[in-house]
Amino acid sequence: MNTSLTQNHFELFGLPLSFEIDQQKLASDYRELQSAVHPDRFANASDQERRISVQKAAQINEAFQTLKSPIRRARYLLELKGVEFDDQRETAIDPTFLMEQMELREALGEIGNDANALASLGKLLDDIQQRTRQLVDEINPLLQGDAEAALTQAKSIVHKLQFMQKLQQEAEAKEEDLANLL
Amino acid sequence: MALLQISEPGQSSNPHEHRLAAGIDLGTTNSLVATVRSGLAETLADESNQQHLLPSVVRYTADGISVGEDARQAAPTDPLNTISSVKRFMGRSATDGKHLAGKLPYEFVDTDSSVPRIHTVAGDVSPIEVSAEILKVLKQRVEQTLGGDLTGVVITVPAYFDDAQRQATKDAGKLAGLNVLRLLNEPTAAAVAYGLDKQSEGVIAVYDLGGGTFDISILRLNKGVFEVMATAGDSALGGDDFDQAIAEWIMQQAGINDDASHAHLRQLMHIARDAKESLSNSETVELNVELDEGTQWQGTLSREQFHDLIDPLIQKTLMPCRRTLRDAGVSAEEVQGVVMVGGSTRVPRVREKVSAFFNQQVLTDIDPDKVVAIGAAIQADVLVGNKPDDEMLLLDVNPLSLGLETMGGLAEKVIPRNTTIPVARAQEFTTFKDGQTAMSIHVVQGERELISDCRSLGRFTLHGIPPMVAGAARIRVTFQVDADGLLTVTAREETTGVESGIEVKPSYGLTDKEIETMLVDSMNHAEEDVEARNLREQQVEADRVIEALEAALQQDRKLLSDEEAQQIDSAMQKLKQMRDGTDHHAIKNAIDELDKVTADFAARRMDQSIKKALTGQTLNEFEQNIK
Repeated sequence: MNTSLTQNHFELFGLPLSFEIDQQKLASDYRELQSAVHPDRFANASDQERRISVQKAAQINEAFQTLKSPIRRARYLLELKGVEFDDQRETAIDPTFLMEQMELREALGEIGNDANALASLGKLLDDIQQRTRQLVDEINPLLQGDAEAALTQAKSIVHKLQFMQKLQQEAEAKEEDLANLL
Repeated sequence: MALLQISEPGQSSNPHEHRLAAGIDLGTTNSLVATVRSGLAETLADESNQQHLLPSVVRYTADGISVGEDARQAAPTDPLNTISSVKRFMGRSATDGKHLAGKLPYEFVDTDSSVPRIHTVAGDVSPIEVSAEILKVLKQRVEQTLGGDLTGVVITVPAYFDDAQRQATKDAGKLAGLNVLRLLNEPTAAAVAYGLDKQSEGVIAVYDLGGGTFDISILRLNKGVFEVMATAGDSALGGDDFDQAIAEWIMQQAGINDDASHAHLRQLMHIARDAKESLSNSETVELNVELDEGTQWQGTLSREQFHDLIDPLIQKTLMPCRRTLRDAGVSAEEVQGVVMVGGSTRVPRVREKVSAFFNQQVLTDIDPDKVVAIGAAIQADVLVGNKPDDEMLLLDVNPLSLGLETMGGLAEKVIPRNTTIPVARAQEFTTFKDGQTAMSIHVVQGERELISDCRSLGRFTLHGIPPMVAGAARIRVTFQVDADGLLTVTAREETTGVESGIEVKPSYGLTDKEIETMLVDSMNHAEEDVEARNLREQQVEADRVIEALEAALQQDRKLLSDEEAQQIDSAMQKLKQMRDGTDHHAIKNAIDELDKVTADFAARRMDQSIKKALTGQTLNEFEQNIK
């Protein structure tokens, strides 16, 4: 019986349930998998095989996108370990982190349209990326076991990472606007 | 008429036989067809062996239909019946059509259908039918040149084409009697033409500036896999705007008013285009313009002035360039090649500015008018199976975000732009009233937050939700985009196990009924028998299924139990019997029956190839480590 549509993303790529991933191998495995199942490989096959191939290729794309991104990978791993996320009504986040966020956002808001703007924005983006890397480093050991306390802590870091991601997107959008102005 | 029938349908049991395939660039101004011959992809010329470009112009007269150069030349004298730039109306609604037509003289007819129809002396025609006429001419060109029936084609579309425009293009192919293997994004096609040529690896950008549209795509090439990382564009910016800028400059200099006659404006645009082309080679160009009252205006346009006129337009193309780089997560320095596509990239200033932006000399060695068709031909050749060992694979993305309308007229994205396709994503919703038994679902495309700023693709209602308290139902809406970038949306209520699903097609697409009517109409013209055509289609499909299954069984019979194998064999025998009969319904039923009994087999084969792909990879690495 075909069970693989219910395989999780790690199983699909033949990987252990672990946050640490060899990105290069992931990317090359992804290309091999798509080469095997992509609809273009079934252009002359029956409609049925083509349908299955579209489903499979979509599943592999989804798995790859999830595993590639540290934030999505961490969240997915937590969900597999039984941690639930409810995006509608979250959540208590540590006040120190929120203060930091507000300061970063203020800094972003203060960047004007002057000649130094791009340079200041570049610095801010470096800062955001640096903090993001730190959070990713912090989450790694927490995801190694199944201890509830560690997982709860990991979940709060995922939330922080989502904040950082949003901030980074806004900063990048601003950078693009500035570059287009100049 | 075909001189030599190389691949008679139904006799192509030899898997190594060469199948005829072509790539078609269905352009706004000109169209082209290319094919791979003796390993070389090349565009094909018309009967007189002179012209490769077929003007995308169709003229309808009481006596018949003409396509190409003849039609183009008739445009000034017979504007109402001569349709050009029809690509701009593909996938557009009747209201859009009237709006887009602007200064174009066509008469749009009000109909019940959501597809616009243009009135001509030969009857009302839809943009899809007009495009199909262009495709028919190209089909005939290939079949005559190669001497045989085409197995399949790849048709290119701008990367920025939305769902409705893609669907319309595919429908046009169907209507022209083509087997459309794939809709391929134009920039991806160009990358294929260059990438295979140069065996390159790494990140490349494709800058495509045509007459009326602009596209930019960033791709990663790796061992024959072309992965589109991001794409963006402007569907209303192109070389025509350069001409327009020059024409406006002349009007200003010569004191010509905005209310000049149609003929006068057309003449000005002509002079502007010539001036643009001359300035590629010379520093200045002399202009002679006839004024209304019979006097002449003479002036000089320098290259420098020309640059002042077009620089803001070129600048407008660099914004999407920046955005795609960001979406792709690469810097301009990481781009290893910039491919130029589209006639407007012949303007040296464009090359100069784009080179400066990417900090490298842009690539122009393949004719920018032909590069897209050539790439499509290479892809078509692979898809029909002429290169079984070829590793080439194209992984494309959806150019625009797809989403749903939520409370308050807001759009919620389900699949963000630049997601690799095919893709399937589901989102859960619930009811907000007690006892609610239906839910209306509105599918939209676009980047903006307000529904009113997005493009509506379709609406449908999910009925039969069992009455429950508000918030208890779980409605799962699934978006699926296939490799052509075409969307299907389904919805299902999940708590009670009651399933109720629906598929939507974009509201600006044709219904299957409409396609059928058009097919019947076009066949009446050709005096071909509908029944005969249906029969032939089912026979071709049956042959395809049998051939594919026999190959599969030869490889993987071991995956089946004796009982399963027997069941499949007998269903296949049944189909073979029906295939030689004359009842197309019976053939269709036998195909469906065979499909049913081979479902598990197909799934197992797919699982097996996934396992093989991963272990093969491990083996390669193992071998590399030994070395």
